[in-house]
Amino acid sequence: MTLLATHGLVRHFGGVKAVDGVDFALDRGEIRAIIGPNGAGKTTLVGIICGRIEPSAGRIRFEERDITGLSAWRRVQRGIAYTFQITSVFAGLTCFDNLALAAQRGVHGHRALEKEVARLLGRVGLADSANSQAGVLPYGHQRLLEVALGLALKPKLLILDEPTQGLSDAEIDHFCALIREVAAEATVLLIEHNMAVVMELAQRITVMDNGRILAEGAPEEIRANAQVQEAYLGP
Amino acid sequence: MRSGTGRALLLHLAVLAVLFGLQFVLPDYHHRSFARILVLASYAVGYNLLLGYTGLLSLGHAMLFAAGLYGAGLAVQHLAIDAASGFVLGILSGLALALVVGLVALRTSGVAFMIVTLMFSQAAFLTTLYFSAVTRGDEGFTLPAAARQYAIGDLFFDLTDPGTRYNLALLLFGACLMASFALVRSPMGRVLVAIRENEPRTVMLGYHTFRYKLLALAASGAISGAAGAAYALLFSYVGSTFASIQYSILPLLWVLLGGVGTTLGPLIGTLLMFYLIDTISGYTSAYLLVVGLALVLLVLLFPKGILGTVRAKAAPWLP
Repeated sequence: MTLLATHGLVRHFGGVKAVDGVDFALDRGEIRAIIGPNGAGKTTLVGIICGRIEPSAGRIRFEERDITGLSAWRRVQRGIAYTFQITSVFAGLTCFDNLALAAQRGVHGHRALEKEVARLLGRVGLADSANSQAGVLPYGHQRLLEVALGLALKPKLLILDEPTQGLSDAEIDHFCALIREVAAEATVLLIEHNMAVVMELAQRITVMDNGRILAEGAPEEIRANAQVQEAYLGP
Repeated sequence: MRSGTGRALLLHLAVLAVLFGLQFVLPDYHHRSFARILVLASYAVGYNLLLGYTGLLSLGHAMLFAAGLYGAGLAVQHLAIDAASGFVLGILSGLALALVVGLVALRTSGVAFMIVTLMFSQAAFLTTLYFSAVTRGDEGFTLPAAARQYAIGDLFFDLTDPGTRYNLALLLFGACLMASFALVRSPMGRVLVAIRENEPRTVMLGYHTFRYKLLALAASGAISGAAGAAYALLFSYVGSTFASIQYSILPLLWVLLGGVGTTLGPLIGTLLMFYLIDTISGYTSAYLLVVGLALVLLVLLFPKGILGTVRAKAAPWLP
């Protein structure tokens, strides 16, 4: 069943076509990875999907409804959560307040909110850091907090932009296990450069190059695809 | 994080209790000054809501204070309504003006927001001068003593009596302080702080930040209007000075000195600056020079202010 579909999405930046006629569809419950060389248009595409960037042309449908004209905050309320490529937690606030902020819209009462935040912190392995200021956490922990912010929104679609960048191998293993758990409740769309992570997590892979979709398929198919190899390695 | 709530609540109540007690020991002159300080500190509380907790620096709050001042003053003077209705009218004037200005000014941010609010405020100031037939402009007007007496059933308030004035000013300040304390600790307060810290991220958590900023400005306008209305009714003077740029800069100064983004900072800042200016005016008429100098020094050397520094060094539970 289709959760999200885009039709003919275009986004120009001056003369550059960052996204150039993209038809992209996502099924409910899958883990999808978008890969591609730098400048392929991956971040712009997910930016348009979550409403941070306006498309020059094209439509977006989410759960059978057109969301092209919806502002970003409304899309978040509809269930599209975006975690930032550059870690963008609230550095001056505690982990508790970071997560309380994300979770409070769906939770009533202070007790229930405390419980929910504790659950989220436990889930990403930051239970001991509730009262630490987010800005002083080690980088890997800030990334985990960023993911927890996404989870706190109880999204139907969780978009992760290069989530494992800067993480250690042990942290990456922990992260992959977490995403697999998340996928039981939400559809996951991730942009990722670490191919080991992509191959381990993704059920399907979309390859972008020059603002277009170059190929799409199961990990084995993509690995064997000659065009993909060319885009990555040159002719 | 919430562990400090009980302690913080006690501290706030203790401060209010001390302020209540002070009226029995203060000599006449300081008794009068304190009533004034409490009204001005309420204004600072309203300003702090916007600057300290939402991160919006307005240079036009004088228009909101003046909206309350004139809203109450003109109504009592010309429409012959009673003091309590005048007070409510003053609050509504501040609130309404904040909403109208906010709808325009909040489309900008940073320096542009300062300039737009400054321009609106100057326009308001010039308006009070232009209609001097009604407002008496710079010279201003005083309210008739009859308008400053008010009865609720058997309760009789005489606003010309210093004791009544002090306690009404304290009541106003207490209400503003506790309202700001409650707001800061509420889910809405958390959103405001998030906007101050990182607005784009707050949008991506599903918050319509414009609406929250407008609410913060409206609350700030209502409190500023209440302070302005109280000033007119308690001290019986309504004049254009209160709409001038000086009264936009002063709350900024009070809040910076006391500690931006702390609930009790506005009181401390207002108190110290009031007495500083009071002392200096005894020696020179150029007290505005001192105000400017204090502002520059604060921004350069002491950006967290008194309570902000205390919070960072010793008491992280301070709201």
